Amino acid sequence: MNAPNLEYAELAPLLTVFGAAVIGVLIEAFAPRRVRHPVQVALALLALLAALVQVILLAGTEVVGAVGAVVIDGPALFLQGTILVMSIISIAFFAERRLESGGDAFAPSASTLPGGEEEKVLVRQKRLQTEVYPLTMFAITGMLLFPAANDLLVMFVALEVLSLPLYLLCGMARRRRLLSQEAALKYFLLGAFSSAIFLFGAAFVYGFAGTLRFSEISEALTAQIGQEELLLTGVGLMAVGLLFKVGAVPFHSWTPDVYQGAPTPVTGFMAACTKIAAFGAMVRLFYVAFGGLRTDWQPMLWAVAIATMAVGAIVGLTQTDIKRMLAYSSIAHAGFVLTALVAADETATAAILFYLATYGFATVGAFAVVTLVRDSGGEATHLAKWTGLGKRAPILAGTFALFLLAFAGIPMTSGFVGKLAVFTAAVDGGATPLVVIGVVASAVAAFYYVRVIVLMFFSEPAAESPSIAVPSVWTTVGITLGAAATLLLGLVPGPLLDLAQAAATFVR
Amino acid sequence: MSTYSALTAAVTTQAEEHGQAVAEATGVFSWTWLLIAIPLLGAAILLLGGRRTNSVGHLIGTAASSLSFVVGVVLFFAMLGEGATERAFTVPLWEWFNAGGYEVQVSLLLDQLSMAFVLLITGVGSLIHVYSIGYMEHDENRRRFFGYLNLFVAAMLLLVLAADYLILFIGWEGVGLASYLLIGFWQHKPSAAVAAKKAFIVNRVGDMGMILAISSMLAVFGSSAFDVVFASADGASTGWLTAIGLFLLLGACGKSAQFPLQSWLLDAMEGPTPVSALIHAATMVTAGVYLIVRSAAIYDLAPDARTAVVIVGTITLLMGAIIGCAKDDIKKALAGSTMSQIGYMMLAAGLGPAGYAFAIFHLITHGFFKANMFLGAGSVMHGMNDEVDMRKYGGLRVAMPVTFATFAMGYLAIIGIPPFAGYFSKDRIIEAALAENWVIGACAILGAGITAFYMTRVMLMTFFGSRRWKQSQPPHESPPVMTIPLIVLAVLSVVGGAGLLYVSAGIVEWLAPVTGEEHHDLPIPLAAIIAITLATVLAGIAIAWGMYGRKPIREDVPAGNPLTVAARRDLYGDAFNEAVLMRPGQYLTRSLVYVENRGVDGAVVGTATAIGGLSSRLRRWQTGFVRSYALTMLAGAGFVVVAMLLVRLP
Repeated sequence: MNAPNLEYAELAPLLTVFGAAVIGVLIEAFAPRRVRHPVQVALALLALLAALVQVILLAGTEVVGAVGAVVIDGPALFLQGTILVMSIISIAFFAERRLESGGDAFAPSASTLPGGEEEKVLVRQKRLQTEVYPLTMFAITGMLLFPAANDLLVMFVALEVLSLPLYLLCGMARRRRLLSQEAALKYFLLGAFSSAIFLFGAAFVYGFAGTLRFSEISEALTAQIGQEELLLTGVGLMAVGLLFKVGAVPFHSWTPDVYQGAPTPVTGFMAACTKIAAFGAMVRLFYVAFGGLRTDWQPMLWAVAIATMAVGAIVGLTQTDIKRMLAYSSIAHAGFVLTALVAADETATAAILFYLATYGFATVGAFAVVTLVRDSGGEATHLAKWTGLGKRAPILAGTFALFLLAFAGIPMTSGFVGKLAVFTAAVDGGATPLVVIGVVASAVAAFYYVRVIVLMFFSEPAAESPSIAVPSVWTTVGITLGAAATLLLGLVPGPLLDLAQAAATFVR
Repeated sequence: MSTYSALTAAVTTQAEEHGQAVAEATGVFSWTWLLIAIPLLGAAILLLGGRRTNSVGHLIGTAASSLSFVVGVVLFFAMLGEGATERAFTVPLWEWFNAGGYEVQVSLLLDQLSMAFVLLITGVGSLIHVYSIGYMEHDENRRRFFGYLNLFVAAMLLLVLAADYLILFIGWEGVGLASYLLIGFWQHKPSAAVAAKKAFIVNRVGDMGMILAISSMLAVFGSSAFDVVFASADGASTGWLTAIGLFLLLGACGKSAQFPLQSWLLDAMEGPTPVSALIHAATMVTAGVYLIVRSAAIYDLAPDARTAVVIVGTITLLMGAIIGCAKDDIKKALAGSTMSQIGYMMLAAGLGPAGYAFAIFHLITHGFFKANMFLGAGSVMHGMNDEVDMRKYGGLRVAMPVTFATFAMGYLAIIGIPPFAGYFSKDRIIEAALAENWVIGACAILGAGITAFYMTRVMLMTFFGSRRWKQSQPPHESPPVMTIPLIVLAVLSVVGGAGLLYVSAGIVEWLAPVTGEEHHDLPIPLAAIIAITLATVLAGIAIAWGMYGRKPIREDVPAGNPLTVAARRDLYGDAFNEAVLMRPGQYLTRSLVYVENRGVDGAVVGTATAIGGLSSRLRRWQTGFVRSYALTMLAGAGFVVVAMLLVRLP
């Protein structure tokens, strides 16, 4: 049997990040503890930057590589670039060490018993753990592979590669460790459940088509070979696995709990990058492999999109924790993206690509702002603590307000252009009722975004108000990047829209 | 015109403007934008520079305005060097926007008409800047004042130089803003703040007219650029042209304080006096006249709209004059006079090509003598501890000889005594009005008589008679920095009229390529008209002398006859606005608020409560137990698979 021929040049971004992850593990094993943190941060950032440069250099490439298992085309490269940019910003938040007196946002050792003696000793020693960086790099590897996967098995592998490190990362919060570990366990259990369903679905599809390649599945659909209930069941089950990752209703239950429990930088990373990668994979799977079944899966996705937008918007109203509120916001946004996905054409792909980029910038930025509002117990995530923030920290509150306005889709922010793009695509695709529901859901969701703004700017500060931590340059730069992109994409969306449009063609 | 057709044949890029070729600016004319940029830069430095520029603010402001004047003079002489019908230049700057089939270029138009305005604005403006150095010396916000003045000059220049109604509108709003800021400059006085708001709100009504006019142009002509609109005006229906003409007239009424939007001008006198002189006498309030004259191509084709202009002008010229007769506040008396004089200009502008040039001629001479008198009034106030009540003046000619002498020049000019400036310009308007319609002409002559009456009254109450001031220090003459501009303006008030009319070809010939020319046959001989007018003026003077010169002036306000009472109350302009606009408006808002509170809010709050309740229900599903989450997912998976399969069933 011959060794498969790999297109190293086209796979370079993936391999760079993967290599950095492996080197990161070696550093954990061999480098002295003192130097690990700076080395890991530098390695991660360098690798991500190098990968981003490689992605940019690859722009325009259309290659089916790795013996047909991986596709490097417009959507894949666009999403890989987006994921890399978000990852770079996220790593900056991971590296922040000025907010916590003991170090960063992560437990000194995730394996110690919460509240135990061992933990106290480590905290006193100001021990930092740096496994987060290789773990994150592995997760990013999976995310880069996920939207480029052209094969059911590769897609599953990518799903697992991106998920497993995330389960671990969720359990590593320095504060409120029990909550964090609970979140990790929940995420793991439900994630494993959904992966199993996905794999089960993949088996059904294989059973029908006799192949794992998307392009060949697509051909099999046109062949009319009967046994289509097998195929339809498979498509449905695979959809469940992906809908779980994007946090669509009714597979969203994990989202609020996990977003709340996970260390906030990880939440931001996860909320932005996982969603981007998962939507990328979903768009490719449904357009390339199951494009011929459009009329079969559209009604199902209609229902899911409506439920997702409704639950995200409505349940978000009664949240009192800012991280849970943002979790429901992310659910609602998944619904908005689904409206375009249902439309299923090239404008829809472009709209989704653009939307994911705008959503990613606002999300990582918003969660980073959450890390800065603190009291003695760590982050002050209860909304009551945020009253009057605008009076004491006008710039911070103003930035957060910008992100919220972007989430709400107010003009002059990226969110408006993104929403306009997906809704236009949905209308063009004949999903006007969906758009009407989407707009109503946006209005409902706008209520809770604006409520936070009102709390921050038009209420007197609470008596026991939290302190505003002064971050290091890492967080400052990260938030500034997010805010600048949010504003810029709202004012001059043209270039990125054109780029998304140019990148919207899938290679089969 | 044969020369014109020869020109267009030679240069294809040229556009027509009333039979005058408009060429793209080259050489020195391509620097026209400097006129606007210099004062704008001055304003930016003064307003953004903050306290750091406090010490030199007034100098920077004056320098910016004067530099702009110098550029204007250079351009003027360059223009003189061109042929009489080759003096119009466009200066394209950049494309503003190009969307939905509309294309708006930011470009300037420098022709004879805008040149006249440029010189008036920057010339009189610079003199008033100089005067303000002295007048505002003790004001701690002097830098801000000069910043606003520069902003005004820049906006006003943009207004008169724009080559597109949309760009003109930016200048239009810019001068409105500057006017608002300067009327309310002493915002610590509630009366000033209220006056500023009033000016702003009344001007909004006029601006609405402008917006409607521009929107109509965009709808009818697909563009708001002068060249396109004027060139295609004769292709449009008379209905549209009349509508556009009336909308423009509404805009002009707001900005130029013409009936029925006149009420703000009298209150605007709350601003510092140099502001009253520059903005509310010499330049901004004449923007309406500019607008009408500039839109000649539209009015020429819409006779009904032109008649409306004449009527508005005539009503205002009488109204302003009557109001001016009853005011004891020197600035308000002058403001009434301003209204009245702009009424003359509007009347002339409404007469069409027969009157356009005279409107502009009177506008310029008025700019000289009215600025002169306002600054004189400011000088009096400066010496009298900001007293404005003329009943407390008296006999000031001795204490303030320079102010008296210069004011007297302005006085003789405005009442139209030959050979002072106003005689030439006002007489031309009266002649043109008589030629058009004898009723209008008679009103114009009557206006001249009333003008003579109230101006004589101002003169007598201020400078003659017994000394009624009680201050311990006798009033003092103003410093040279204030009197020199007065002297310059006084000289212009004396020679400006004859100079503009007779030096070289004269202003009428100068403007003819833009405004066109037309001569009417007079119904009665010219000499008779002049004689009647002068007799009316002398009668006005005599009556005023009888009432205020021979008898001592009472310090308390006499009851007066009903007309005087009405005039004191601005002929019930405010009462009219209050009864017809404000109260119904208040009722409307009150009822809307009621509907809003009970109806709309009820529905909104109800919906919000319902959704909130739903939210509380739904969030109970979020139990926190993995087992129930997994169950939900399983149910969801079941639903998804069933949904996929069901689609195929039928």
